[in-house]
Amino acid sequence: MEFFVTLIQVLDSTVRLATPLLLACLAGLYSERAGIFDIGLEGKMLMAAFFSAAVAAVTGSVWLGLLAGIASSLVLSALHGLASITFRGNQLISGVAINFLASGLTVLIAQSWFKQGGRTPSLFGGGRFEPIEFPFVDAISGVPFIGPIYSELLSGHSILVYVAFLLVPATWWILFRTRFGLRLRAVGENPAAVDTAGVSVVGLRFAAVAICGVLCGIAGAYLATALQAGFVKEMTAGRGFIALAALIFAKWRPWHAMGACLLFGLLQAVALRFQNIDLGGVVIPVQVMDALPYILTVVILAGFVGKAIPPRAGGEPYVKER
Amino acid sequence: MEKMPKWADVVLIPVISLILAALLSALVILAIGENPVEAVNLMVTGALGSTYGWGYTLYYATNFMFTGLAVAVAFHARMFNIGGEGQAMLGGLGVAIVCLYVPWPHWSIALLAACAASMIFGAAWAAIPAYLQAKRGSHIVITTIMFNFIAAAFLNYMLVNVMRPQGSMDPATARFPEAVQLPTFQSMFSTAENVVFRGAPANISFFVAIVACVIVWALIWRTRLGYEIRSYGKTETGAVYAGISPVRITIIAMLISGGLAGMMAINNVMGEAERLVLNSTEGAGFIGIAVALMGRSHPFGVFLAAILFGFLYQGGAELALWTSIPRELIVVIQALVILFTGALDNMVRMPLEKVFLSLRKGAE
Repeated sequence: MEFFVTLIQVLDSTVRLATPLLLACLAGLYSERAGIFDIGLEGKMLMAAFFSAAVAAVTGSVWLGLLAGIASSLVLSALHGLASITFRGNQLISGVAINFLASGLTVLIAQSWFKQGGRTPSLFGGGRFEPIEFPFVDAISGVPFIGPIYSELLSGHSILVYVAFLLVPATWWILFRTRFGLRLRAVGENPAAVDTAGVSVVGLRFAAVAICGVLCGIAGAYLATALQAGFVKEMTAGRGFIALAALIFAKWRPWHAMGACLLFGLLQAVALRFQNIDLGGVVIPVQVMDALPYILTVVILAGFVGKAIPPRAGGEPYVKER
Repeated sequence: MEKMPKWADVVLIPVISLILAALLSALVILAIGENPVEAVNLMVTGALGSTYGWGYTLYYATNFMFTGLAVAVAFHARMFNIGGEGQAMLGGLGVAIVCLYVPWPHWSIALLAACAASMIFGAAWAAIPAYLQAKRGSHIVITTIMFNFIAAAFLNYMLVNVMRPQGSMDPATARFPEAVQLPTFQSMFSTAENVVFRGAPANISFFVAIVACVIVWALIWRTRLGYEIRSYGKTETGAVYAGISPVRITIIAMLISGGLAGMMAINNVMGEAERLVLNSTEGAGFIGIAVALMGRSHPFGVFLAAILFGFLYQGGAELALWTSIPRELIVVIQALVILFTGALDNMVRMPLEKVFLSLRKGAE
């Protein structure tokens, strides 16, 4: 029974930790399916984390914070679009620049506004997303097995967690069951064909980059206003890159993305709870858990276990005429 | 026919990009309520106003020369090595092993061995992404990013569990023996009555970095291998037609790139810290990207850009010391330089090309 309680706690923490990964991963999914590589997920999340926490701290409203976070992330998305779509620059270099921009600006502005060493004041009350309690939690929590699963694992997360997981079927439906989704995927595989059909390549790619911005914004806001209470320097801590890894791991598919993010979330949760894991004589150091998402991604990329093939036109700026 | 004269491509565009980045940085400083002119003054006096300031500027510049050259060599083969950070970390591990576990009679021999070890370790860390790119087609950018994180975890493990001296809480190796301490600028250039570069970390590695610049120049423009790397970078199909093996060039270019990034460790680990600490690279691997972009992947350009960034780093540290502007301002400037010289290159280039075309038409 004690094992079961621990298991539920670890899984509960997995869900919390997987949420920002999932949001950022889906963000990258839209962008990369449309042929725009985005290694700036990390920067956009960080920017959104700061602005959501800053606005929530000043206004006391977490919803205004969320909007500010999304807006700031969208500005960086627009920059990425400008560089990689309008001026046909190198998408990877643009992503690197965006990561540094966010990393520097957040601390600079935080120091200038709040003078607390690059952090925002702690959020409380309406400045944070509160957990949502499902109905009948009290009644069911006493039931063995089902009770803890319902009251601990499923209930009691902030609304953004449920949004993130609902976005998975929504993304699947948009990408594979709507006209917009078909065109979005086509523009990532063969933009010339989309152009010939009379659909704007630039418009579609900007739309994809904008969706990516919105989702990264939610991811950042979740980090600063739900998972933690306020912004601290470099608080994304490589999550944007883990999301990128999850995206490759999932081979650019929404349901698999959820699986990959839950897996990587589980690794983080286990690393948080147990430092070094003792498997009857063999001790797995905590650093192995830290590195495992990246190692798994390299293995998948190497194609030894099911090859990951990115969208064909990914990373290539579209030039109408040669 | 070229749309622009060569000097415009080599000098004018980087200078305009740099001015744009500087203007935006000035706006950022204004926006946080500080005076940009005063800030620049402070940076110049802090970084270039004394031999002490120069000692730091050139120390940082040495790091950036190695990582900048690393990115530049990969750029010539049209690869984006974003893994300089991880390769430099591993280079540090190589230097630490050589310095700690071998009793060297003199620093000069130790330096040669450390150069070799850092190169081998850095190159080895680049070898797996290179192999995967060449043989399995996995994107080098993604694999090198992943390898940065794996390197950080690996180094963390090595320092905490293996190399930390007994009884020490600090995740770092023991201090290197005195015999392998490199001569600093202070000991090299001071006379009895006039002490210069007092306490500054610039050391003999600076000259190793300059030699590396010259060797890379000779390699890229004066050897058969360099020609093959450049032609592969210009057009892969053409290179294959000329009998150049993409697998071979990809792997060799990445090995050189990783080796150069690794060599940074002789400066920061052997020359300055004299022990291996966590996060010894301090992001220098990423600054190499900005340096290579600004320097147009030419060793001389890399040299100049590295000194510029060395100045920014030392100046930024002075700013943080004397004003309320945090060090992160430098990260913003670095981001703007990467943005304008790299990603938004066409924004500057397209209008300039139009200007030169119309000038040419006017002349005819």
